[in-house]
Amino acid sequence: MNKINITVNGKLHSDTVEGRTLLVHYLRENLELTGTHVGCDTSSCGACTVMIDGKAMKSCTMLAAQADGKSITTIEGLANGDELHPLQEGFKEMHGLQCGFCTPGMIMCASDLLSHNLNPSEQEIREAIEGNFCRCTGYHNIVKSVEYAAEKMREAVPA
Amino acid sequence: MSNKLIGQSVKRVEDRRFTTGNGKYTDDIVLPHMTYAYILRSPYAHAHIKSIDISAAQALEGVVKIYTGKDVEALNGVPCGWQVNFKNGETMREPKHPLLVADKVMHVGDGVAMIIAESKSIAKDAADLIEVDYDTLPAVTNPKEAAQANAPKVHDQFPDNIAFDWAIGNPIEEVDAAMATAHHITKLDFTNQRLVPNAIEPRSYIGSYDHVYDRYTLYTSTQNPHLIRLLMCAFVLGLPEHKVRVVGPDVGGGFGSKIYHYVEEALVTWASKQIRRPIKWTCDRSEAFLTDAHGRDHVSSAEMGFDKDGKIVGLRIKTYANVGAYLSTFSTAVPTYLHGTLLQGLYTTPKIHLDMTCVFTHTTAVDAYRGAGRPEATYLLERLMDVSAHEMGIDPAELRFKNFIPPFDGVTQPGYQTQVALQYDSGNYEGVLKRGLEMVGYENFRKEQAEARKKGKFIGIGFSTYVEACGIAPSAVVGSLGARAGLFESAQVRVQPTGKVNVYTGSHSHGQGHETTFAQVVADKLGIPMEDVEIIHGDSDAVAFGMGTYGSRSLAVGGSAIVKSIEKVLEKGAKIAAHKLECSTDDLEYDNGKWTIKGTDKSIGFGDVALTAYVPHVYPANLEPGLDFSSFYDPANFTYPFGCHIAIVEVDGDTGKVTMKRFIAVDDVGNVINPMIVDGQIHGGVAQGIGQALLEGVAYDETGQLITGTFMDYAMPRADDLPMFETDRTTTPCPHNPLGVKGAGEAGAIGSTPAVVNAVMDALWHKGVRDLEMPLTPQRVWRAMNAK
Repeated sequence: MNKINITVNGKLHSDTVEGRTLLVHYLRENLELTGTHVGCDTSSCGACTVMIDGKAMKSCTMLAAQADGKSITTIEGLANGDELHPLQEGFKEMHGLQCGFCTPGMIMCASDLLSHNLNPSEQEIREAIEGNFCRCTGYHNIVKSVEYAAEKMREAVPA
Repeated sequence: MSNKLIGQSVKRVEDRRFTTGNGKYTDDIVLPHMTYAYILRSPYAHAHIKSIDISAAQALEGVVKIYTGKDVEALNGVPCGWQVNFKNGETMREPKHPLLVADKVMHVGDGVAMIIAESKSIAKDAADLIEVDYDTLPAVTNPKEAAQANAPKVHDQFPDNIAFDWAIGNPIEEVDAAMATAHHITKLDFTNQRLVPNAIEPRSYIGSYDHVYDRYTLYTSTQNPHLIRLLMCAFVLGLPEHKVRVVGPDVGGGFGSKIYHYVEEALVTWASKQIRRPIKWTCDRSEAFLTDAHGRDHVSSAEMGFDKDGKIVGLRIKTYANVGAYLSTFSTAVPTYLHGTLLQGLYTTPKIHLDMTCVFTHTTAVDAYRGAGRPEATYLLERLMDVSAHEMGIDPAELRFKNFIPPFDGVTQPGYQTQVALQYDSGNYEGVLKRGLEMVGYENFRKEQAEARKKGKFIGIGFSTYVEACGIAPSAVVGSLGARAGLFESAQVRVQPTGKVNVYTGSHSHGQGHETTFAQVVADKLGIPMEDVEIIHGDSDAVAFGMGTYGSRSLAVGGSAIVKSIEKVLEKGAKIAAHKLECSTDDLEYDNGKWTIKGTDKSIGFGDVALTAYVPHVYPANLEPGLDFSSFYDPANFTYPFGCHIAIVEVDGDTGKVTMKRFIAVDDVGNVINPMIVDGQIHGGVAQGIGQALLEGVAYDETGQLITGTFMDYAMPRADDLPMFETDRTTTPCPHNPLGVKGAGEAGAIGSTPAVVNAVMDALWHKGVRDLEMPLTPQRVWRAMNAK
């Protein structure tokens, strides 16, 4: 068993976990943050993507114990109270989701892209999210959703 | 009636919960005292189980209970929902599909033991401690090979491996005679490869038994909760249906794979009573590859004959369809009534014959996957059309125009009677191809292609025009064809005393956005704000018996049921309004949420009438209180969407890699309630169709081992594999349902695949490449380009 201290969505959690517990299972089962999903067992689908110290990571590729001391943002921590993050708003406005299962991971992945590129081209968006599967949308409206969010965020940055 | 919302791209009401991580999928649900199940599966495609030793596993701390095949031998297996008979009238062969296998495993992934433990990881640890002694046997995975005399046997009682044979169309003699007159015959051998649907949410079930009320609850990632309850109660476990609640909460995609009643649903429900604790089972992706019903898997030889003017004179097809080791719920209908009946396409072909043999193999069951039989039909027809055009030196668009069924609206002109049983409702096939050609700029394309070739670049254009049958289905028709269920839909419109409305639908949303589209319909028809309408689905305790969502049926069938209930609400509401306004119902008109005496300004609002219905102090004599109506809608016919898909590709001469340059989709799905959602459905279908053409395909090795069993081996389209899609619509309303809608869920997957393959062949025709097996991987394309 391992003792861990992890900050998730701004709140510090001190827990004891089995060495083999994956971060995604810790988030879903121990913290009941079920917005982070499990879609595969080979780190191929990206449904479990969260932000770890500001970078998008697949939380199934990491043990909970390895996240000790790190700061994690999950989909539940993205909005500012009732005010949606521009990506959350963009996915709704541009119909970037259907069944919603890949959506949290897709949004977290896109938020990494927008954290260092507020003016991505279509190709840059496609390359940034190519680690995340969506089986519903054909990605067309996801690309547009990310473009929508990028524009919103550019407008919010003082010139 | 005011159309303020119908036809508008209203943003989805579902999205707030999904974008904030508040969706509630089955695996997100935790019940008190819950246990976790894991299924130990056969690593062999075909083997006798000589012995199973569970003693070490049972002794592991945290293990609650282990069941093997012997423990569930007395229970029925999961049934097939559609009986198709042999050509000679004999009943199809339906082997038992046991909940766990006791004696002989039939495919890799067949379940041999269920371990229930305090956690999933303990259950998995215990599975590793179970010793199964297998005696392996030879296996066969290809349907044509399995139908040969010396093939390994799947079920000993059916030594020829044939589930049933079947035919449709004109008598073969008539087709042979027509083909004998042909000026040109194009012959192609096809493999329509096996695909895995791969909804991103893996299947997940929770069985829970309440001994106080003697009641079961099953939470399931399903497309049709009532159908699961009926099959499980009546056919498998013999449970009283009124004591079983089935809930399909948020479901993360289906594409067909979550229609069927799976063994694990019955296992967790049954065992939850045995152990008196809830049991959750959630599929790993590697298990999903082995146990979710697969799609397609046809091996065909097809010939299309033309007269000297390029008119089709006949079509003759022999197909072997793989059904896998067991007959899944709709597996028998897919290669027959959802495939053979579409071989008319949108052409006037006078003589058609399909000879179909459905074959057992040592593989995962095959059933409906997005399109279900219609993509296979469209692929045959549209590949034949393009190859024929090239061979006869006729432009492929021109060849289609020559052979299209002329436009018919189904109102002033009758529907079109095909040679393969169906009567199309309405269509304007020339219209979609004309629009597609405009969008692509066809006149310039051939020049660009010639210029590109001079520079060593191979670009190609591929066409696909399709018609499909969806909005399934008239119960009497499918009943006469062997369906063991009706295919109507239910809807209840419950007006609350304050005029707010709850709608209970038997349709089930797993991405389609019913909570939005249905609310648009209800709000417009009642003239009330959309915020006053809530759509409820997926819970058998709340909703009247309904048939669920598949076959692009939700709006055409489920939406029609809602409209029927609204009509009843308005009819009764008018009586109440007339009483309050002291006039006759004939004097009233309903618009914008109120009844008005014609030609006056005297009116009463919907909310006032609703309140009066529940506070009936001043009320018509002989009228019941309340404003709450249920309806069941059974469609008069299938609906027949159609369209034109055009692909432009570039083939890399050095590597054989195919790049999608443009994809144009012009679809006619009848009237449209929410264009944004319809476009999204088309995008998703097209992506899956392009996936089949270029990337996806199941491979088994000679022992029956699935060698494409993970996302690392089975290539699905990623964001950088696809272009932006160019979509447009024509509108030919459905003449036989109240909304005039046809269905959009599967069209994209039905039309797109042959367009892509045709485009690649068009790019490489000058190099002598005429046909290639899908998926068109760089290796296959490069080899074909470089074949001497």
